[in-house]
Amino acid sequence: MTVLDLLGAAEEVHDRAPVVELRGVTRQFPGDPPVHALHPTDLTVRAGEYLSVVGPSGSGKSTLLHLLGLLDSPTDGEYLLDGRPTSGAGERERAALRATRIGFVFQAFHLLPHRTVLENVLLATVYSGVPRAERRERAVAALERVGLAHRLDFLPTVLSGGERQRTAVARAVVARPAVLLADEPTGNLDSASSESVLALFDELHAEGLTLLVITHDDEVSARAQRRVRIADGRLQEIA
Amino acid sequence: MTAVTDRVAPGDRYGVRDLLAEAAAGVGARPGRLLLTILGTVLGIASVVVTVGLAQTAAVQINQQFDAVAATQAVASAATSPGRDGQERALARLPWDAAERAERIAGVEAAALVSEVDLAGADVSAVPVHDPSAPRTSAPPVLAAGPHALEALQGRLQQGRWFDAGHDARGDRVAVLGADAARRLGVQRVDRQPSVFVGDRAYQVVGIVDDVARRTDLLGAVILPTGTARADLGLAAADELHLHVAIGSGPVVGEQLPLALDPNEPDTFTVGVPPTTSRVRDSVQADVSTIFLALGGVALLVGGVGIANVTLLSVLERVGEIGLRRALGATRRQIAAQFVVESVVIGLLGGLVGAALGVAVVVVVSAAQSWTPILELGMVGLAVLAGGGIGLLAGLYPALKAASVEPIAALRGGV
Repeated sequence: MTVLDLLGAAEEVHDRAPVVELRGVTRQFPGDPPVHALHPTDLTVRAGEYLSVVGPSGSGKSTLLHLLGLLDSPTDGEYLLDGRPTSGAGERERAALRATRIGFVFQAFHLLPHRTVLENVLLATVYSGVPRAERRERAVAALERVGLAHRLDFLPTVLSGGERQRTAVARAVVARPAVLLADEPTGNLDSASSESVLALFDELHAEGLTLLVITHDDEVSARAQRRVRIADGRLQEIA
Repeated sequence: MTAVTDRVAPGDRYGVRDLLAEAAAGVGARPGRLLLTILGTVLGIASVVVTVGLAQTAAVQINQQFDAVAATQAVASAATSPGRDGQERALARLPWDAAERAERIAGVEAAALVSEVDLAGADVSAVPVHDPSAPRTSAPPVLAAGPHALEALQGRLQQGRWFDAGHDARGDRVAVLGADAARRLGVQRVDRQPSVFVGDRAYQVVGIVDDVARRTDLLGAVILPTGTARADLGLAAADELHLHVAIGSGPVVGEQLPLALDPNEPDTFTVGVPPTTSRVRDSVQADVSTIFLALGGVALLVGGVGIANVTLLSVLERVGEIGLRRALGATRRQIAAQFVVESVVIGLLGGLVGAALGVAVVVVVSAAQSWTPILELGMVGLAVLAGGGIGLLAGLYPALKAASVEPIAALRGGV
């Protein structure tokens, strides 16, 4: 990939439809006094972008991730996912959106310990309505993509941290989501494993996946094409 | 949310197949714990199956024993009521032709009157000589019986014959000895035409009886025809009418016999008839079953509480998994359904194992007692379903708990 290609890609991005669009989104937690976890925020992530949100703990990172992942609802403002407003969506619609439009990668991996690597990936296809006949094929393909084709029938408990996180990435992308949300994806990994996961993110981005990585680590955030800093519930673009 | 869900073909949405597969995986994840979880249900279902199975088996065995004697024997006598001096007095007299009247009733196979004869001090001996130096012995009792008494009492002759209706009608001086009485009187063989003396009269011994199903006092007595006893010894009234009836005819005979004996005053006779077989079974089942069914019910309750407890524990343990499933797009309803189905599967497993165990115990106990094991197969199927029902009830509250788990809080911990 040359510099020219990158510039071309960057120009293209501005023409693409936004995948994630926050318009004045606010999140307050009731209390005395109320806690402003997220001040009114505007954020647009276009298809194919690789965005990192960096900030210290307690800065509102997790709140932002929960809002973007439809695990939480904003107190005010509008969140458009794939151009569709989500504020009127009910519990079932939000679940369906999570299943089909969003892929999650967590710091703690969240792999089921009694299921094999392949079964863990298959779990994501069950809820997202991947055609039954394609499920296994697509799960195997996703695991091949993250370099774990030789680990299909292993239990997650015998894998290294890097392999576990790559399994989680395979699970997140198997349903072909619009955006991959990663919450401190390298938080539990040593530097070699971190590097393997971040390299995988680079490859997925190059293939056109939209990524949003939340981290407190500047090194991790530096890998992204576009960086946003969050502090005290306010977002600020890093030039 | 039509825009998103409509794109998915109905067959590819999260359906019953996925639900069952996820629940099966959840149940199978911890085999050791599964065994402990189903233990209560296994014991409860097994005890219910054993209770019902043994009650059914035992009832039939008991009936078979009843069939031998009790189910075919009936007896009628005059009703009594206390008189002014406190003594019981008979309200009526059995007619002398009571046996003939009874034998006309369908189901009565043989009938005979049996009465005790008052000797008024007369002696009974095999020799007519009064030997003043011989020690006095107590005389064997004298009974009067009808010509069909052998059939009515299901007796067996050691030798000789029973007297017939002709002896009875003519008042012939013949006698049948009970085996014990014959030994006391020194009579060993009837083909030498021995006689016994009641008072001064000689009675020719025609037979010796050595077994009866009822009125075993016959074996120690000198038995005369009723007609002879009336003529010679002044027998005033018959005591009892014994009947041999067909199996199952007891209630009908009991209803008709008093009318046959005295159509004007049927109430003056009491009739003891064998209960019908079904009544025997009912009463035995009721006795045996109640307490054990109660125990089984308690065990089932404990089993249900056990499932609820372990499922609730498992919900708390699997909070991370629940959070993950919600993040992957599971609805609250799908989470609840998964835990309910897991609980039902656990209950069904417990029911299956318990029913099998119960059947095995019934078979083993029956084999040890040399009984024929009898168990309704429908009952066994019902027991398995009952296990599933318990699982369903036990799973409801944990499932609601699981559905109410907030994914944000759940995802903070690990799986």
